[in-house]
Amino acid sequence: MIAPDTSTPRAAYEVRVCAGSACVANGSLQIAQRFEEAIARNGLAGSVRVIKTGCHGLCARGPVVVVGPDGVFYPAVDLDAADRIIVSVLGDREPVEPLLFRESPGADSIARYADVPFNARQQRIVLRNCGVIDPESLDSAFAAGDYVALSTALATMTPEQVIEMVRDSGLRGRGGAGFSTGMKWQLARAAEGDLKYLCCNADEGDPGAFMDRAVLEGDPHAVLEGMALAAYAIGASEGYVYVRAEYPLAVKRLRKAIADAEARGLLGKDIMGSGFSYSVSIREGAGAFVCGEETALIASVEGRRGMPRPRPPFPTTSGLWNRPTCINNVETLANIPWIVANGAEAYAAIGTGNSKGTKVFALTGHVHYTGLVEVPMGLTVREMVHEIGGGSSSERPIKAVQIGGPSGGCLPASLFDTHIDYDALASVGAVVGSGGLVAVDKSTCMVEFARYFLAFTQDESCGKCVPCRIGTKRMLEIVTRITEGHGQPGDIETLERLGNLVRSTSLCALGGTAANPVLTTLKYFREEYEEHISEKKCRAHACGALSTYAVIPEKCKGCGVCKKNCPVNAISSVIKEQYTIDPDTCVKCGICEAKCPFDAIIRV
Amino acid sequence: MTQNACNCAPEAKRVDLSLLEPVLAQYAEDDGALIPVLQHAQGLYGYLPLDVLREIAEKRSTPFSEVYGVATFYTQFHLMPRGKTVVRICQGTACHVAGAPAVTRAITDELDVSLGETSADLNFTVEAVACVGCCGLAPVVVIDEKVHGQVDAGGARKLARVLRAEASR
Repeated sequence: MIAPDTSTPRAAYEVRVCAGSACVANGSLQIAQRFEEAIARNGLAGSVRVIKTGCHGLCARGPVVVVGPDGVFYPAVDLDAADRIIVSVLGDREPVEPLLFRESPGADSIARYADVPFNARQQRIVLRNCGVIDPESLDSAFAAGDYVALSTALATMTPEQVIEMVRDSGLRGRGGAGFSTGMKWQLARAAEGDLKYLCCNADEGDPGAFMDRAVLEGDPHAVLEGMALAAYAIGASEGYVYVRAEYPLAVKRLRKAIADAEARGLLGKDIMGSGFSYSVSIREGAGAFVCGEETALIASVEGRRGMPRPRPPFPTTSGLWNRPTCINNVETLANIPWIVANGAEAYAAIGTGNSKGTKVFALTGHVHYTGLVEVPMGLTVREMVHEIGGGSSSERPIKAVQIGGPSGGCLPASLFDTHIDYDALASVGAVVGSGGLVAVDKSTCMVEFARYFLAFTQDESCGKCVPCRIGTKRMLEIVTRITEGHGQPGDIETLERLGNLVRSTSLCALGGTAANPVLTTLKYFREEYEEHISEKKCRAHACGALSTYAVIPEKCKGCGVCKKNCPVNAISSVIKEQYTIDPDTCVKCGICEAKCPFDAIIRV
Repeated sequence: MTQNACNCAPEAKRVDLSLLEPVLAQYAEDDGALIPVLQHAQGLYGYLPLDVLREIAEKRSTPFSEVYGVATFYTQFHLMPRGKTVVRICQGTACHVAGAPAVTRAITDELDVSLGETSADLNFTVEAVACVGCCGLAPVVVIDEKVHGQVDAGGARKLARVLRAEASR
């Protein structure tokens, strides 16, 4: 039986400094060091402890520091603020009022992190330990309850019982496809083979999504425990975590977590004396979005070009090196220990009809509070954007959300009452996908936005099947020429026809969903396409060729760089006066805008 | 294109293939380890010279075409030398809507390097990265390993000027 190592007693008072990637980029490690030095200087290392945690979620207000048993929250902490917090921590431990979170300057302060509106609607299962524990310490993970479910399951449950429990919980794969996890395990368990693999798909490639990264960085042991439970359920003895090389911190923490778990007998041979053995290795991806598709992932782990192959046979029958292989996503696996510990009913009680439990979303774009949120399935888009995200970060209203990344769709404000679950989103043409949720205001051109996603999938198409390789290329050419002002009558219809063709005939999900951003924007923002084509107008002024360039007098310093670089001499000036652009001569190449060192040229 | 015909690139100098020996030995038993081998090799040489690819193919008894095929499939692998400083501009969705295109224009203009290219003096490589997962900080620019968040076009120019000043020192 395992027990927390009690040789280092838990400190009475904790200072939790976020060491997620976003906060680290904002200097949180220096903040943590400042705390540690001050605590050491005052000889309080025994009673006050600094914990470098994973992501707290509210990346927009980083570096995040949360202090004490009540969880007093300090946003955007700099070194000066850190010094003032130290005085409080070492003294009366009263919250430092001026540094507390406020929704707007002058508003009442909110002391506890849990009371911040961003957190009010959240329910943390996958992220239960993110922001709480030290992800590099196995003892810290123990103290938070990691590996209790594994130890219980190995001692008291048969593999079939584990599968039944996960099936009854209603958990569906969180990587995008949404297939029942319990069913997948059943198939893998039933497959014939002396050696089976259980792999974790951590190739989170969707631009704008970072939930898997946060879990791996914040609570790697939860993922490893989930993997061990899954391996026990299906009878696997080996496995890989396939993780993006672009996530160096996640790789580092995962590597340490595996070594620590092996050293304590939680992974490897004869886990906890149960006779069950399962070992895990890491494979770093090499930068190919398509490797998130499971047959492509298998090819990549085998050392080949990551190209999907037709299914069947499904990997659960014949996968890695032709052995039965079950591949689950990071978030899916992080749910497993909670389900085993709390029971299928508790999980199934959360969420809606066919969408049980919670989902982690990366909420980004033009909202006040960007970051990582975990909510019960079934919240509306409006609640996500306005209650959790705090609404538009500009004076412009939010006009659309894009859900599900390059495979997903754009929904207009009129559909913001749509519930976020598998069925409701599918009925309006979007997908839960991996969980990217980008809110955009009127400054985003929906045609250009669709072009952006299509350019991504087109670039990432592996080239194996014709509809995806050539179809997305032709679609991209058409959308690009529309944004460049060369759209032609009939383009919209061609895009729809091509899009449906690519969707129905591509080999894998990458091609099968590549047209979604274009098809949904055509459905809900058709007028923007029509304006681009017939009126040569971009209402968002995002498409350079359809905009008029002008000089902002307040910003112009009269340096003349724009005039010198203008290829058609459209820019003129009177000495010591403002520069002006002649709209009739201007060819809208955008060079002046790019060259201006003072950002004094805008599109109107 | 015959890449070896050019004598100006450092590739014309012979690369020290003995550096590869420990890596090849480490993965000798692992048939599926071509990608980790290439990753280690790139760590040693900074990029993957053709001679290195040939050596890996020979020692692992893998057809050269297969090694070359894998090396060209994944965006992480580079067959040409890279700049001393690598500037990666995030093109993720959050960064895109927050102004990554303007940031890209500012940096490529200031460093005089096109996106995806390396400067002639081998000081800078500027490239796009699909998403670094710091969407809360959009737009994001990663210089070597350091992440810079909330970079607007003006801030990007400043970053690039600092890099240029450091390179000329």
